[in-house]
Amino acid sequence: MPYYRLKDLIKAIRACKTAADERAVIQKESAAIRTSFKEENNDARHSNVAKLLYIHMLGYPAHFGQIECLKLVASNRFADKRLGYLGIMLLLDENQEVLTLVTNSLKNDMNHSNMYIVGLALCTLGNISSPEMARDLCAEVEKLLGSSNTYIRKKAALCAMRIIRKVPDLQENFLNRAKNNLNDRNHGVLLTAITLIIEMCYKNPETVQTFRKTVPLLVRHLKTLVSAGFSQEHDVTGVTDPFLQVKILRLLRILGKGDAEASEAMNDILAQVATNTESSKNVGNSILYETVQTIMEIQSENTNAVQRHRNIILDCLRDGDISIRRRALELSFALINESNVRVLTRELLAFLEVADNEFKQGMTTKICLAADRFAPNKRWHIDTVLRVLKLAGNFVREEILSNFIRLVSQTTELNAYTAQKLYASLKSDISQESLTLAGVWVIGEYGDILIKGGNFEEEELVKEVTESDVIDLLESILAGPYANQVTREYVLTALMKLTSRFTSISSIQRIQAYIEKYNTSIEVEVQQRAVEYSNLFKFESIRPAVLERMPIPEVKEEVVRQTEDTGSLLDDIGPVTATTATPQNAKNDIMNLFSSGSLLDDIDPVTATTAAPLNAKNDIMNLFSPGPTTPTTAPVAPTQNAQQTNALDSLGLLGLGDQYVAYNKNGFKVSLNPSKDPNNSNILNIEVTFHNVGVGVTVQNLLFQAAVPKTQKLQMQPPSSTSILPGATAQQTIRVANPQKSNVRLRLRIVYSTPTGAKVDEIAEFNGFPQEIW
Amino acid sequence: RHGKIRLKKWFHFFSDKEKASLTTDLTTLILSRKRAMCNVLEHGEHKAFKLRINFFLNHARYASLYFAAGIDCEENELYVLEVIHRYVQLLDEFFGNVCELDIIYNFDKAYYVLDELVLAGELQEPGKKSVITHKRI
Repeated sequence: MPYYRLKDLIKAIRACKTAADERAVIQKESAAIRTSFKEENNDARHSNVAKLLYIHMLGYPAHFGQIECLKLVASNRFADKRLGYLGIMLLLDENQEVLTLVTNSLKNDMNHSNMYIVGLALCTLGNISSPEMARDLCAEVEKLLGSSNTYIRKKAALCAMRIIRKVPDLQENFLNRAKNNLNDRNHGVLLTAITLIIEMCYKNPETVQTFRKTVPLLVRHLKTLVSAGFSQEHDVTGVTDPFLQVKILRLLRILGKGDAEASEAMNDILAQVATNTESSKNVGNSILYETVQTIMEIQSENTNAVQRHRNIILDCLRDGDISIRRRALELSFALINESNVRVLTRELLAFLEVADNEFKQGMTTKICLAADRFAPNKRWHIDTVLRVLKLAGNFVREEILSNFIRLVSQTTELNAYTAQKLYASLKSDISQESLTLAGVWVIGEYGDILIKGGNFEEEELVKEVTESDVIDLLESILAGPYANQVTREYVLTALMKLTSRFTSISSIQRIQAYIEKYNTSIEVEVQQRAVEYSNLFKFESIRPAVLERMPIPEVKEEVVRQTEDTGSLLDDIGPVTATTATPQNAKNDIMNLFSSGSLLDDIDPVTATTAAPLNAKNDIMNLFSPGPTTPTTAPVAPTQNAQQTNALDSLGLLGLGDQYVAYNKNGFKVSLNPSKDPNNSNILNIEVTFHNVGVGVTVQNLLFQAAVPKTQKLQMQPPSSTSILPGATAQQTIRVANPQKSNVRLRLRIVYSTPTGAKVDEIAEFNGFPQEIW
Repeated sequence: RHGKIRLKKWFHFFSDKEKASLTTDLTTLILSRKRAMCNVLEHGEHKAFKLRINFFLNHARYASLYFAAGIDCEENELYVLEVIHRYVQLLDEFFGNVCELDIIYNFDKAYYVLDELVLAGELQEPGKKSVITHKRI
């Protein structure tokens, strides 16, 4: 027996004790409803559909009610229409053909005189329209967007947004009306108009240009909201209309990005909003969140203005909400420059101490990078990296560690200072792996300085460090709970080096005994080292020479890839031979086309950096074991900071000569300027110039790769810049060794991206050098 | 009886299977949350649309009722939290001290209020009074 009223049905279903009971009740009722539909019972239709919707919400099938909903929509009663549209929205979706049957009703209802009925139609269309319906009814919505009724206007705006989502081409129809709505006083209309414009800008970057002129208007609106008095209608716990504020901020973000003038216009209001908004409640926080995001996106155009907000941002670092903390962190890193590096780094280090582990790795990398670029002096640089290692040594990437070691060895005047500081930190804490590795390496290299200097310059006690103290420390690390295979390898090598740095016989004997203990270690690499070192003791004459101080590695452009793992080089110290450089090259498939694993050819600036410190450590290993010597991946040119100078100067060449165009597409031109090396007639130096002739926007993330035939070898310097403004150029030098005097052919790969999001990845061949060149 | 859905609205197209799986995922997630946990969750890539759907909870404020919103990664989570809060306030005003039973027995009216507040997934009316006035018709 069917239940006639919705309420009774619900009561009955809730009274069921088991799922089976419930199913039974529902099946019986469904059947009754179906029969009633067949009988075309107009009065009961409303009630039946309502019951059906309830059943549907519980998860049972209800598709047979779809047509009934259509019939309800066709009725003249408001309540029927409302329920019918609700049913359509719940039971149908855009992929069902039945939906197109509704189109006619929608059209009629959109022209209805009753604004609520118009509202119903707009609501339905806005929630589930399909692309075809969007096209059909676009004209109606357009008309309603210009209606004099605010209720209708605001719904029409959101409906238009849905239409654009489904059919992006229809955007132009709504542009003017949307712009007009920006002048409205009604918050609802304003809000929906801004939402519509945001969607338009997402879908079509050109629209952004059109709406940039509205920035002053938006700023005015925002100002009114922020400085307005209490408004009963729009107040949310003390903040006037946070919804509208957030939307305006979002639109400002889109309009301000990449445009200095627009960003300038909004800087003040952003500062005002950021400072005045109370962040104790979620309302304030939502606005603050949006503000920070906006500042971050536009700040690239105008860093000075954002410096003003620096304090706010630093405060945000301590905010309770983790999403705000994350954004503030990214923003802080972007803000660092020469003038504020000390202050900001101090704050960031303080934050590192308490940060969650997920932040730590990114932070250590970025802090060290920033220290690299902006360090006011070497001592501060070393101190900062040391502090990072102490605070988060377990989250430090290998490149950072190797850069640090390179820095230490280059800063000869501070060797004593660094050795002492590391010794002190290790004495107190050996749990941070990177710190231990760095410390052990430095102590091994500069053990003699450590003993000689002997005094700490710390605030606390001045202690003497003796040879046995050092050996004690190293032994404690070896025996400690934190030592892993890599640490052991490092310590053994360090101990060995110390035998030529220390002078007392007892120390040397102690070390020898200790090393011999590892002759039987199960770790192959450790055992190999121990045995070889122990054997070295028999060759007294050459031992000191073998263990001499390491040559200082060259300065290279530091390009630390943040996303890819370039392979754990430090772990690979084991396998000695030259093959260590190839894993990097395997990534450059172009290279493999021409050269078969020959290493000198394909040095990306990135791989060059990572390979060099490896070789520095490998030198000792090579002296012991026979095998191919590790080829130096250092460029033949003497050391220099590749970031600044045109490398041609160091090669002693004048870059005059012919320019050959190797690639010219989409406004980006690559030209080659070859000339013979005066010192070696087999070497051809080519200066590559990148011209941003007609790309129209900045070329970013430029990556240039080249390959030469098998009989030749290629060497590349880093480019002068990976970002080229329109009309500007950048240079890069490559050298081709051509001992067989064969035809110099080049296969080039050009990769870059633009701020508008375009990515270019092209391959070109160049075979145009005249014979006399090579 | 735990985990019964009283109201649900989809503003994005999903197949029936996807809807079912998202719903069960959401229910499990919500029921396993404890009081002090964060209101924002990330759920994972959605294969068809490459949206990262954040399931949004707002529990412990509304007695035994949970309101959740799924949003994509571009959206401001705190903003949506405020929208949810506004919806509950409206329900409260409309029904007068709303409780779960009100929503169960008057689900159609609850939907009508929602339709006045949110259209195509976006907020349409930030004012408090307007929504209720229009709904009382």
